Amino acid sequence: MTDTISAGGSPRPAPVTPLNPRRRGLIIGASDGLGAELARKLAYNGYSLALLARRKEKLDALCAEINSAFKEQRALAYVHDVAEYDQVSSLLRKIVADLGGLDLVIFVAGVNYPPGGIDKYNFENDRKMIEVNLIGAMAWLHPIAELFQSARAGQIVGVASVAGDRGRVGNPGYNTSKAGLATYLEALRNRLTRHGVHVLTVKPGFLKTEMLKAAQGPTPFAIEPSKAADDILEAVKKRKQVIYTASIWRWIMLAIQHTPSIIFRRLSF
Amino acid sequence: MNLNTHFTQLENFGHSLRAPAYRIRIRTTEDIYEALQLAKKLDLKVTARGTGISYNDASLNSGGIVLDMTGMNEILEWDPASGVVRCESGVTLKQLWQKVVPEGWWPPVVSGTMKTTLGGCLSTNIHGKNNFKVGPIGEHVVEFVAMTPTGALVTCSPNQNADLFYAMISGLGMLGVFTSVTLKMKRVHSGLIVVEARPVPNLNQHLTDLCEDAPNHDYIVGWLDTFARGNTLGRGQIHAARNLKAGEDSNAQETLQLKYQHLPDRLFGVMPKSLLHYFMNPFVNNLGWRAVNVAKYLSALRKHTFKQSHAEFHFLLDYVPNWERSFGKGGLIQYQSFLPKETAETAWREILRLSHRRNLPAYLGVTKRHRPDKFLLTHGLDGFSLAMDFKVTDRNREALSRMLQEFDQIILEAGGRFYFAKNSETSAESARRFLGDETIHRFKKLKQRCDPENLLESDLYRRLFK
Repeated sequence: MTDTISAGGSPRPAPVTPLNPRRRGLIIGASDGLGAELARKLAYNGYSLALLARRKEKLDALCAEINSAFKEQRALAYVHDVAEYDQVSSLLRKIVADLGGLDLVIFVAGVNYPPGGIDKYNFENDRKMIEVNLIGAMAWLHPIAELFQSARAGQIVGVASVAGDRGRVGNPGYNTSKAGLATYLEALRNRLTRHGVHVLTVKPGFLKTEMLKAAQGPTPFAIEPSKAADDILEAVKKRKQVIYTASIWRWIMLAIQHTPSIIFRRLSF
Repeated sequence: MNLNTHFTQLENFGHSLRAPAYRIRIRTTEDIYEALQLAKKLDLKVTARGTGISYNDASLNSGGIVLDMTGMNEILEWDPASGVVRCESGVTLKQLWQKVVPEGWWPPVVSGTMKTTLGGCLSTNIHGKNNFKVGPIGEHVVEFVAMTPTGALVTCSPNQNADLFYAMISGLGMLGVFTSVTLKMKRVHSGLIVVEARPVPNLNQHLTDLCEDAPNHDYIVGWLDTFARGNTLGRGQIHAARNLKAGEDSNAQETLQLKYQHLPDRLFGVMPKSLLHYFMNPFVNNLGWRAVNVAKYLSALRKHTFKQSHAEFHFLLDYVPNWERSFGKGGLIQYQSFLPKETAETAWREILRLSHRRNLPAYLGVTKRHRPDKFLLTHGLDGFSLAMDFKVTDRNREALSRMLQEFDQIILEAGGRFYFAKNSETSAESARRFLGDETIHRFKKLKQRCDPENLLESDLYRRLFK
C-alpha cells in the first residue's frame, strides 16, 4: 500500500454542520506503522482526529499529509510520551474539548526491546515495555473508560499482540506486557459492555513496520500495516470483541496455546 | 471533583443532535461561581442549560462544561395583588403558571411547551402566539439578576444597566448566567379561552387571515399543511383566540383551579397518552404523514368556535408526551423563518416547493404573526413566521442540511430573520447577513466586557459568532 493518501480526499465531503457532525477519534501512538495507517484511513472516513506520539517531526509530517490531502484540518497533533502518566488527565480533557467529544480511542503505542538472547535478562528493557505497553494503556484507558461509561457510548480499541497468548523463551517482558494488556482489555470489556461501550482487543501477528526489525528469527505471515488497519476498522464497525490480524493467527495461536507444556518448554521460539 | 464521571451525552429537544459534555448540577448562585472558576482552571468552555428544549444546539457545548440549571428552581416571591413574581432561573413555565393561575393570572408569554425554564426563555427571548400584540417575553421582564463570568452579579432592568438588559435577553446565555428573574403576569378573568377555528384554502388566504384577524384577538396561530401543492399550497387552519372579559365566565372561580387546567393523560379516557408516540411512529414517514395532514385539513373544514383551558390551548407540544420520539431514532429538527409581510408569500412558496422537489417534506407547519422588538439579537419583525418540523434519518442528514442552507439563502434574499432556539444549519455568514455588522459588533463588545476570557461558549455561539 501507498504511504500517502491518494488525491481526491474523502468520498463524503459534506461540510460539517450540526446535522452532519464528524465522528471523533483519538489514536495513541500514531506517528508511524499501524497507528499512522489507522489515522489515514479514519481521516478518509471523515473522522476528526487527535494524534498522539512521542516524535514531533513524524507526527507533524503525518498531520500535514492528512490535512493537505483533505484541504482542511482533520488531524490535530499532540506530542506525548505515554510513560508520562501525570500528563494524561489534562491532555485528555484538552483533546475532548478540541475535538468536541470523543467516539473512538485506539491505543497502539507499544515498544519491543528484546533481551538479546534466550538466556539473557534485561530488567531495564522489561520495565520500559511494561511502562509503555501496559501501564501506559491503563493510564489512558482508565479515564477514557470513565468518560465513556458516564456518557454510555464510545468505542475503545487496544492493540495487544499474538505475543501475549503464551509466555515464550524469546522475550518474556514483551509477552507479559501484551498478555497483561489483553487481560486488562477483557476486564474493561466486561465492565463496559453493560454501559453501551464497545471494547475491541486486536492481536496482530507480524506487521511490516519498524518493530519487525527487532524480531529475531523468521517472521511468517507478515502483513502490511495498511491491511491490519483495514481489519481493525472493519472490526470496529462490526463491534467485534477480539480479532487476530492476519486472521490465520487465530488458528496458529489456538494450536500454540494448546501445545502441552511438556513439549512447549522444550521448544526454542 | 472527578469531572470524567460527569461526562454525559446531551441532546437537543428533537434528539437529532448529540453533544457530550461535563454536566455540573447547579443549586445555588455559589455553585455557578465555583463551576465558572473550575472551568477557568481547567481551560474549558461553559454553557448554561435548562431542560434542553431548544430545537438546535443552543444548550449544547461539545467537550465542555454544561451547567444543569434545573435544580435552581424555587419561586422566590409571588404577589397575587400586583401579579409580580420573582423566580430562580431554573423555574419552568409549568411551575409558574400552576402557581399563578388559581389567583387569576397567566404568564404574559409562553412557548408551545411548558417544560422550558425561565433562564432559557430569556436567553432566546421566546415568543408566543400573542407576539404581534405583546412582544417577546423580554418585554414583560421587570428585572433580572445574572452572574457574569468574572463572578459579578448584575441587576438589569429597562432602567438599570439597560444595555445589558436588552442584550442578555436574547443573548443566548453568552454574556452571563441568569440567577433570578422578575416577571409581570397577565390578568385573566377565566380559566377558559375562546378559540375560533377556521380553514384557509391557500397560502395567500392563510397570510391575509393571520394579518387581518390579529387585531381582534389576543392569540393567533395557523397550522399549515406542508404537503399541499399547486393551488392548495399553504392551506391550513387558523386558530384565533381571545381571553374572556370579566364576568363572561360565571364559573371563573372553578375554571381557574388547577384541576380544570390539567391536560388529560389518557386518550378517550382509556389509553395512556404516554404510550401514544409508539403508535404514531409507523405513520411518521412521507406517505403516512401526508395522509395525516390531509385528514387534518378535512377535519378543519368546519368553521367553529369553542372554549378551551389555557393549558390546553397553549401547550400543544405537551399534549402527546414525548411526541418527538415518534420521529424515530434520527429525531427531528425544526426550521423556522421570519419574513416581512410583503415577501413572505413568495419566499415560502419557494421553500415549500423546494422541499417537495427534494422529497424532503416537512411534517408539520405552524405560522404566527409577529412584530419587531428592541432586543439586540432579535428575531422579531413586522410579518409572519413559519416553523417546519423535519424528520431526520441517517440517510437524509446530508441532503436535509443542504436544503435548509438553501432555505436560508431564500429567506435572507427576502429580508427574513431567524430565531436562535431553532435552525441548526444556519452559518455565521447567514447570521451576519440578517443581524448586520453593527449588531454583531455591539454584541461582541458586550461579550468582551462581561466575559473577557471567553468562558461562556455554546455550540451555537461557536457556529454563529466565531
